[in-house]
Amino acid sequence: MKTRTAGFHLLAGGLSVLWLLPILLVLTTSVRSFSDIASNGLGALPASFTLDGFGQAWGDGGGGHAMLNSLLVTIPTVLLALLLSSVAAFALSRYDIPFRRTIILVMLSGNLLPPQILLVPVAKLAELLGIYDTLTALIVVQVGFGLGFYTFVLQGFMRSIPGEIQQAALIDGAGVAQIFWRIILPMTRPALAALGALAFTWTFNDLLWSITVLRTGTVMPVTPALLGLQGQYVSNWNVIAAGSVIAAVPTVAVFLRFQKHFISGLAIGAIK
Amino acid sequence: MAVLTADRPKTAARAPKRPRRFSPVLLAFVLVPLVVEGFWVFWPALQGFYLALTNWDGVSAPTFVGAGNFAEMFSDDIFKTAALDTVIWLVLFGGLSAVGGLALATLLQKERRGVGFYRAALFTPVVFSLVATSLIWQVSYQPDGVVNKVLGAVGLGSWQHAWLADPKTALYAVLVPALWRQLGYVMVLYLAGLKGIDPALYEAAKLDGATAWQQFRNVTWPQLRSVNSVVLSVIIIDSLRSFDVIWSMTKGGPYHSSEVLSTYMYATAFQSLRLGYASALAVVIFVLAFGVIVTYLVRAFREDS
Repeated sequence: MKTRTAGFHLLAGGLSVLWLLPILLVLTTSVRSFSDIASNGLGALPASFTLDGFGQAWGDGGGGHAMLNSLLVTIPTVLLALLLSSVAAFALSRYDIPFRRTIILVMLSGNLLPPQILLVPVAKLAELLGIYDTLTALIVVQVGFGLGFYTFVLQGFMRSIPGEIQQAALIDGAGVAQIFWRIILPMTRPALAALGALAFTWTFNDLLWSITVLRTGTVMPVTPALLGLQGQYVSNWNVIAAGSVIAAVPTVAVFLRFQKHFISGLAIGAIK
Repeated sequence: MAVLTADRPKTAARAPKRPRRFSPVLLAFVLVPLVVEGFWVFWPALQGFYLALTNWDGVSAPTFVGAGNFAEMFSDDIFKTAALDTVIWLVLFGGLSAVGGLALATLLQKERRGVGFYRAALFTPVVFSLVATSLIWQVSYQPDGVVNKVLGAVGLGSWQHAWLADPKTALYAVLVPALWRQLGYVMVLYLAGLKGIDPALYEAAKLDGATAWQQFRNVTWPQLRSVNSVVLSVIIIDSLRSFDVIWSMTKGGPYHSSEVLSTYMYATAFQSLRLGYASALAVVIFVLAFGVIVTYLVRAFREDS
């Protein structure tokens, strides 16, 4: 038994180290100086320590500005998408709306579509509305695309809330909006937390929608901006590495804060 | 879906009966989200299907060409490369992440000392964006980077390579980071599935003297059926959507060697500005995904009832 336990730790530990190695490498690259990398090579052991890479990626590289754009997109997207999907899920799960199951599945099917089929028309639609190359376009398209999935998950969750609670509120004279806001929504909090953490990560990490509805560098969120950084700082690997670290911080923070919700969300989020 | 519904109480209460008249608030609750999704998803999707039948440069009016775009694909070598690479990607990315994810989940299934750390380590890349992932790996792939350094150190100097610049290796060099990120995700799906298996089944198998392999073959595998189908859908949909990681590492190059349908579609649309042909490529992706989408919806429908 002893050797089996040791074997397990050797195997699992080895894999973990292998998995963490690229991350460790980027972290060390990000704090090396340009001249150290240039003279000793990327693969060499670090011979310097400096935060210059972070300074450049955040300042001249536009990382700070891109981070602001990202938050300006991600926060409204998550809030709006969850609000809209929870009202839809509420109505579809708690009332006998005609064709409710069909509506739910149609909404879900919209989220399963490969985004490629939407790219050209969405870009043109945004141009037509005069919002092309604005953060508004990115917010609305991400809300629209995510809605189906969030609604599907939330209605499944809301259906498991017992009907008696709603009945009691109804007898007390509560209206639809009150029942939603005061009773059902608070009881949906675990699902909302899981979806919120996931939606934040997905929206923040998005590349495809951003480069479809945005063109100007100054409105780009972090993920597409990181690609720009790569073009701007060719072979300044300390700056590029620092940029990747900066880009990963918000999602890692959300993950650490909502770890449990995040994992259970992924298990339901099986279609993304 | 199956993963979560498995441990949710089955006491789904029926919606309270009420007269067939709905308050305006309730109607708005359904209609507003539906209109938003309709306007930004279904309406563009319909346009996409129509545009696939046209030639369009995005400026002048589209001209209708029928199935012309689809006929053109047969003589388009880049399309053939992209289609083949998409299949390779489906098989390797999909297959390896399913097998690897299940292996990792079985390895880390039992709660024991250190297992939390191992799971977290394998899972961490999942929260990174694919763009960040690709930059993380580009650091290692550079000619003077760690991969070549290690090869040199263990006496495989002749294997050293400009991994992303060589058409022979580019696709596979992109596949590794994609797998690095996907494996932890599939592992989590399988861990949830394994957790749902009744331990009594293993007790019974052990009493019957079943070996570890027999337990896996006769207890674990059959019990994982619904998780397997979820994983299968996830993998196919994710494979066809794989764009970010390839786009940020190679843009489909060099010489289209790592081109898949999604990158080719994007480049055709927004770089060559051949919007009609690009829409036709998108339709091909849709057709490939269609079977999965339908299967998924059927299952969702069944579990929903």
